[in-house]
Amino acid sequence: MNDIFLTVLLTLDATIRVSTPLIFAAMAGLFAERSGVVDIGLEGKMLAGAFAAASVASIVGSPWAGLGIAILVSTSLAMLHGFATITHRGDQIVSGVAINILVAGLTIILGLAWFHQGGLTPALSNESRFLSITLPFVEQLALIPVLGPIYKELISGHNILVYLAFVVVPMVWWVVYRTRFGLRLRAVGENPKAVDTAGLSVIKLRYKALIVGGVLCGIAGAYISTAHNAQFTRDMTAGQGYIALAALIFGKWRPLTVMLACLLFGFLDAVAVRLQGVSIPGIGEIPVQFIEATPYLLTVILLAGFIGRAIPPKAVGTAYVKER
Amino acid sequence: MKLNKITMSIVAGAVALTASVAQADVKPAVVYDKAGKFDKSFNEAVYNGVKRFTADTGISVREVEPTNEAQVEQGLKKLAKRGNSPIVAVGFAQANAVSAAAQAYPDTKFTLIDMVVPEANVQNIVFKEHEGSFLVGALAAMKSETGTIGFVGGMDIPLISRFGCGYEQGAKHINANIKVIHNMTGSTPAAFGNPSKGGELTRSQIEAGADVVFAAAGGTGFGVYQAAADAGKWAIGVDSNQNHLQPGTMLTSMVKRVGEAAYKSYEAANNGTWEPGFVSMGLAEGGVDWALDEHNRALVTADMETQVNALKASIIAGDIAVHDYMSDNTCNY
Repeated sequence: MNDIFLTVLLTLDATIRVSTPLIFAAMAGLFAERSGVVDIGLEGKMLAGAFAAASVASIVGSPWAGLGIAILVSTSLAMLHGFATITHRGDQIVSGVAINILVAGLTIILGLAWFHQGGLTPALSNESRFLSITLPFVEQLALIPVLGPIYKELISGHNILVYLAFVVVPMVWWVVYRTRFGLRLRAVGENPKAVDTAGLSVIKLRYKALIVGGVLCGIAGAYISTAHNAQFTRDMTAGQGYIALAALIFGKWRPLTVMLACLLFGFLDAVAVRLQGVSIPGIGEIPVQFIEATPYLLTVILLAGFIGRAIPPKAVGTAYVKER
Repeated sequence: MKLNKITMSIVAGAVALTASVAQADVKPAVVYDKAGKFDKSFNEAVYNGVKRFTADTGISVREVEPTNEAQVEQGLKKLAKRGNSPIVAVGFAQANAVSAAAQAYPDTKFTLIDMVVPEANVQNIVFKEHEGSFLVGALAAMKSETGTIGFVGGMDIPLISRFGCGYEQGAKHINANIKVIHNMTGSTPAAFGNPSKGGELTRSQIEAGADVVFAAAGGTGFGVYQAAADAGKWAIGVDSNQNHLQPGTMLTSMVKRVGEAAYKSYEAANNGTWEPGFVSMGLAEGGVDWALDEHNRALVTADMETQVNALKASIIAGDIAVHDYMSDNTCNY
């Protein structure tokens, strides 16, 4: 019994670690798409952030410097996306995919040129990465049944960016639903013409949304290379940007449900790791490939209309053209 | 008569000429695997062999680093077209491409590492990874305090299961009751470059009690070694000697001398002794081994070293038969 409890706790613990970059990236996507800009370039921005963070952290020796540069690089890419799609009304999907491809190649080329390790960055020492934080009173509280282990295994022992992710979600909710900026953001994604008529700049609002998204993607990237891992390796985001996009759709573009979708997808990943080669009584061995495909399957089922309906912001995917 | 002599001398001269041309005509090349030549593992081992060949002979080696699957066959054919030979193809994933290129250029010599294709102009070099894995598995069992050890493989293919099976057999040879947890990272070649997943798999194994984790997973291994180092447990590297990656927590590395294989292939072509067919390199041939250097010296006691070397001698002598997973695709030893 106790063993099962601990296993569940540790699986949830892994869920939190795996979900963190998804949450940051999905929140970034939420801002972009709520403003009417499709952001398929989440993957590329995260990868660029991961590379920038690991490079700078390995040279300067401070994870915070790495985080700062990651945010800067990711935001610059977001601005590039904005310049192509908002200012010049280019196709949002094409621009996003272009960013992904650009970053996938550029990180390797720059890595080769700077570090001569085949596109890798040097492994980070403990001083130059985000380490786990043990929260106070862990040992004292560990003796309390149920709650003690939960506090020790699940809540304590993560790095600062993990805690930040769970602070960011309510903040995003508050910004989107309780501030003037949020109201305008939602309006610009639904009916940009109305926003324009009210005398607000659609272009400025969309740029602002992309800046916020760029910052969040940068944090996601820094988490991947300097907190969850300790160096950059090529293509290390491994499709998490797309999973985040799936979570955004699955969570119906709402912060709290998107976070739950990220946690669900992270949980599936954590379970997949632990179910490998394990035979479940009555069912037998579940193929790992099946569990890995589940996030995408769920999203497709949702889009097909089986689990409620996912209605995207009305103006998403179209550039705003002011009538002349 | 005189004419005959002249003809003969001309022929002899021509033969000598072609022979010398053939000597100078060795234009070796290599096509790396997608992970790239500085992966600190499999490809880097080949690269070191290539570098050594150039240093020893002064013959430069043309290199191709494909970044996606489609470029592999193009790369091989392009090299063949330019007259490069022998061309070393690194990794099991190039088998189909080598087969196609070998048929298109029957006069070019190809050397394929880690896989076998039945073409008349291909030399296939495979390694007895199970023998090397047996040794590191035995060492892991000696080191383990919990009686549980782990294995993290890259892509779920028989070749990687061969590492896992040998490792398990070696561990059970030392401690029949030891528990070995097997995990694979994924089912596509991307599984060789996913350190986050490698780290997560390692953490789950450590949570389940493992205190030594062996990674046969290319770039995914970095995540494995980091996770083991973070948790204060031991890890075992693969292909290249990776002991230096996390000094102090790397118990050893299962060295696969792919560089040696590439070097020998070039050397043979240079001497005119290159032959197509099938070469298998095990402990006896020096194709696989375990690594002991200044980075893991403190972790391996003299007694452990003696035991492992004794096992190595027994395997070479044939007293211990290590089961090859790929012979029957099962791990029954």
